[in-house]
Amino acid sequence: MIEHAFRGNKRYWSWLVFLSLIILTGFYFYMRQFNYGLGITGMSRNVSWGLYIAQFTFMVGVAASAVMVVLPYYLHDYKAFGKITILGEFLAISSVIMCMIFVFVDLGQPFRLLNLMLYPTPHSLLFWDVIALSGYLLLNVVITRVTLDAEHKSTAPPKWIRVVIIVSIPWAVSIHTVTAFLLSGLAGRPFWLTAIMAPRFLASAFSAGPALLVVLCLVMKKLTDFDAGDEALKKLGLIITYAMCVNVFFILMEFFTTFYSGIPSDVSHMQYLYFGFEGKGKLVPWMWASVALAVVSLVLLIVPKTRENHRTFFVACITVFLSIWIDKGLGLVITGFIPSPFGKVVQYWPTIPESLITLGVWAIGFFLITIFYKMVLSIRMESEA
Amino acid sequence: MSISRRTLLKLVGLTALGVTAEKYVSVHAGSTSAKLVAKAIGAGKRLAGTKPAQKVRLAMVVDLRKCVSEQGCTKCIDACNKAHNIPDFGESKDEIKWIWKEPYQDAFLDQENFYMKDEFKNKKVPVFCNSCDNPPCVEVCPTQATFKRDDGIVMIDWHRCIGCRYCMAACPYGSRSFNWRDPRPFIKDINPDFPTRMKGVVEKCTWCDERVSQGLSPICVDVCPGKALVFGNLNDPGSEVRQLLKDNFSIRRKPGLGTSPEIYYLV
Repeated sequence: MIEHAFRGNKRYWSWLVFLSLIILTGFYFYMRQFNYGLGITGMSRNVSWGLYIAQFTFMVGVAASAVMVVLPYYLHDYKAFGKITILGEFLAISSVIMCMIFVFVDLGQPFRLLNLMLYPTPHSLLFWDVIALSGYLLLNVVITRVTLDAEHKSTAPPKWIRVVIIVSIPWAVSIHTVTAFLLSGLAGRPFWLTAIMAPRFLASAFSAGPALLVVLCLVMKKLTDFDAGDEALKKLGLIITYAMCVNVFFILMEFFTTFYSGIPSDVSHMQYLYFGFEGKGKLVPWMWASVALAVVSLVLLIVPKTRENHRTFFVACITVFLSIWIDKGLGLVITGFIPSPFGKVVQYWPTIPESLITLGVWAIGFFLITIFYKMVLSIRMESEA
Repeated sequence: MSISRRTLLKLVGLTALGVTAEKYVSVHAGSTSAKLVAKAIGAGKRLAGTKPAQKVRLAMVVDLRKCVSEQGCTKCIDACNKAHNIPDFGESKDEIKWIWKEPYQDAFLDQENFYMKDEFKNKKVPVFCNSCDNPPCVEVCPTQATFKRDDGIVMIDWHRCIGCRYCMAACPYGSRSFNWRDPRPFIKDINPDFPTRMKGVVEKCTWCDERVSQGLSPICVDVCPGKALVFGNLNDPGSEVRQLLKDNFSIRRKPGLGTSPEIYYLV
């Protein structure tokens, strides 16, 4: 099957070369980080997690979102998702791998990574996150491998794979729940200490993930013979709409509880994020951009006409994705540290090497997606021919 | 249902034990009810007092009335920095600190009071690792590189730490520092009796475990000119720390979080 990834037209190859260049740039700066230490990033004693962990958090959501196509297709036998389910699963694989790389590049002593396995520590949520993520990766590798193989041979997939698929559904929910617990279980960080962290993560995941899938499908429709099908896209549109509504609702819940209760330690973080605190507010314009994008996306999604028109639907999906990326891949993790436990505002902004390393990991993700989707499309074309 | 004399005696004994344990919890721990609930649902892995009280529970008392840090005294900080090979980068981003001073209202953020005595308003409070009895850093560490000793000191194994910095996110006191870069070139004169650290690991005050193991007090306690710092065994009713806490009003940093910090400030 993998041989299909090695055959492609000029556009395919130039895209891969382009991504490889970004990956190599990222790798070069990672080597610099490796030699100098994490001081090469914008992180500091006060803001000790930054862009890497924020990207990790965001990508876990994209990974978990595969369940939004897997569940209707396998549990409800929703045939329209037949063409895109495996794309969702490959998106999950690529995202989980990105998650793992983001955690890896964030480690101060990466060569000691195996200490996680040598000294398993069940009272640490990070231990459970490692289990959840690697299990999810394994499940999806097995599922895609077996189902794609069956498609390749034009046979029905073996019966046992259904069990694996059913297991993967709650497992997808678990990866994002455990990741939320990683943050929401800390008594000393009031910004994260909220019981709706996990539900909020799931809602944002189930809107941003399928939105990315739609974008990928529409791009493929433009560039290749692949067509996800109108019904599938319509259904994804509904899923994204509901999930985005719930996501925005949850954010408003946080606003209410924080500002109405008025507990200073809680208010200070939200205030920093959306309005600025003590005259400092590096994230403020970003967050209002996120709000604006969310509003635009909701209008485009809720109005049936714009949701069902591919061009406006495409824009809607991009705005959903960007809005949530700013909220989760930038604001959420960093603001947990601002202000500090002493009430001081020490701001954070990623450095150029840090941003290029991050971009490199994203490029790895796109590289994987490209070759996975190429494989799927070629195999489908072959069996159709 | 008949209960034999023997069973009855056993039950009475167990109940007495239970009551003692609960008393210990309520005296010792921060949020008692939460802990009792946690105990009931069996989540009591880090409950103070659920196991028989250990013989030694080290603690520190800081007498803020005697501390003159606002007058520029940095004796404890200087001695600590020198003893523990703490680098000086000359900037705050990469900064490593084990003891430092914070304004009173920042150290006790949840004690907001505009009309407090001027003496305390301007006070600089020495802060260090609280070696909590329920240390959240120990709970979140995925490799057990940070752990609590039997005498209560919270330690870090610098050879095991993977540098994930989860402990820094978990510590409500901002007590932990990370080696963002190689610290060795920035140590003024290296103390050969204490290890230096490498880049990529977390560190913090360990109440001079190396001195405590030799029966000495932490160096900050020894060098304090005003004798404002007192160190000792909280579980020994005759110890100086216990006497001070008995005779004076003391506060702790963020006790409401249930971490049970073991540094007591006399105000």
